Order: sequence, then C-alpha cells, then structure tokens
Amino acid sequence: MANEMPLWEVFIRPRNGLSHKHVGSIHAADEVLALQAARDVYTRRGEGNSIWVVPSSAITASDPEQASENFEPGEKIYRHPTFYDIPEEVGHM
Amino acid sequence: MALFDALLELADDHLVLGHRLSEWCGHAPMLEEDLAMPNMALDLIGSARTLYDYAGQVEGKGRSEDDLAYLRGEREYRNCLLVERPNRDFAHTMLRQLYFVAFMHPYWTAAADSSDEVIRGVAGKAVKEMAYHIRHAGEWVIRLGDGTEESARRMADAVDDLHLYTGELFEAGAETDDDVLPDRAALQPAWEVTIDHVFGEAGLTRPVIPHPQTGGRTGLHGEDLGHMLADMQSTHRAHPGATW
Repeated sequence: MANEMPLWEVFIRPRNGLSHKHVGSIHAADEVLALQAARDVYTRRGEGNSIWVVPSSAITASDPEQASENFEPGEKIYRHPTFYDIPEEVGHM
Repeated sequence: MALFDALLELADDHLVLGHRLSEWCGHAPMLEEDLAMPNMALDLIGSARTLYDYAGQVEGKGRSEDDLAYLRGEREYRNCLLVERPNRDFAHTMLRQLYFVAFMHPYWTAAADSSDEVIRGVAGKAVKEMAYHIRHAGEWVIRLGDGTEESARRMADAVDDLHLYTGELFEAGAETDDDVLPDRAALQPAWEVTIDHVFGEAGLTRPVIPHPQTGGRTGLHGEDLGHMLADMQSTHRAHPGATW
C-alpha cells in the first residue's frame, strides 16, 4: 500500500492574510485525492479556507545529527536587535 | 397528505443511504476514507432530520423525527431501491453514492427556488454538500474503473449490479403542488451528463436498462432493507424514549 498510497504533507491556511501552516499528513493515490482526503481529515470544523498538499518525498529535511551546529548559535547575542536606542517619537515597535 | 408522503420519500432516501455509509465507520479501507464516508453520511442524515421534522409538523399527529425514523416498518419506508442496496465492496459503495448524488445535485439546485421555505433551506445547504459528494465519489469511480485489473472488474460488477436501480430515481412519487418539489423526470438529462462524464474517464459504459427495477416508493423493498432497519431501529425500540 505504501507504493500505491504515498504520503502527503498537509498545510492549511486558517484565514486570509495568514500563512499556510503544517497540520499533519495523509495517504492518497494522487494529488486530487490527497486534497480531498486533507479536506475530509483536517477541515471538518472550519479550520481553514485553503489547503496545500505536498508529496512528503519532495521535502528535504535537516539532519537531526547536525542539530547542534545548525541551531545552537551560542553566545552571539549581537544577532538580537537589542542594542539600539529607539527615539521616543518612533513610539511602540 | 401528499406533501407528507413526498417529504417521507425524500427523507427516507437520505436516511437509508446515510445509514448505509455509516456502516463503513471503523471498517473503511483506509483512515482517510473512514472519515470521508461518515462525513458524507452525516450530510445526508442532517438533511433527513430536517425533512422528518418538517414531515411530522405537516402530518400534524405529533410524530417526531425519531418516531418517523425508528418506528416505521419496512413496508412504510418510501426510499428508492438504489439507496438500500448493501455496501458489498468499496466500488459498489462509491458507485451507489455517485448515482444518487448526481441526481440530488440538480434536484436541490432546482429546489432552491421552491415555494416552500423549509425546502429552500435544506436545498441551500445540500447543493454544496452534493457537489462535494459528486467530486469524491466520482474521483473514486474514475480511479477504480481505470485502475488495476481487479479494481476495474469490481467497478464493472458494481455497474452491472446497481444500474438496474437508477431508473427509479426519475420516477414520479407522491404528488405535491407544482412549485414545491422539482419534477424528477426532468432531471434525467443532467444526471446522464454527470454519469457519462465520469464513466468516460473511468472507461465504463453506461448500460441501457429497458425495464428498471422499481417499487420503493410504494414500500416494495428488497430483503436487505429489513435487515438494515432491524439493525438501525433495535436500540430505539428496545429502549423507547431513551435519550443521551
């Protein structure tokens, strides 16, 4: 069944102006049925107004083994934009 | 009581097919369809509830939707024979669904102009639901008909078994005032367009049935409906008035 029913990742946009967000995955034979399955499984309670489905095989993921070199920048606090004095006139940012 | 009878025909079609679909719940070939079929079942049962409730008011004898659904016997049911046909396999189930909803979509589209407010209300919601059911069932009929050797054989078997019952969809039932419910016979061309489109892609041929099997509108059903109703009604009959 794995070959006949490949896996698809499902992205839903909750409303206009927001981004599509990953909500889960489904099995389906092709993209048309994948959209229908995504609609049936993930939008039963009015969760969104747009669906994307992407073959899971099309996603390239980062290697968990490289997590420390990828995602732990350490003490590079200068990367956070907190070293500026914001003039009063600018107001709330 | 013409309107009462006409409402029962319509409500029974929806409840019986809804119940048939619900029989798949927990048994579907994959999780995705295990949700899709009850979704569709609930669409149909939702329309049935409104129609039974309205039928009870029209009748004026104090019968509720539950009384009409659970306390009538097989001979009192007025559904067409197509909807009571057993699920058999997924091919039968999807084809039966396509046959029915390809009829109900133009039906509700026409009923959106009904002189009756309740009918207009049901129609407005049902038109959207039927459009989705056609898409869902239609895509499956195409893929099974044009799929593997086994799926094509099963879909062809389903056509052989079920097409005999489609003629009854267009048969006149209980009469109502002209502008309350659509004329069923007038919807046949629209139904044929939908079926031919799907069958064309599925590599199926629409059979010509000179003498369709009918009788459901007068309460003459196949033996399968009795079994289905026994299952559907047993809890209500064993515990009258129970609520949850």
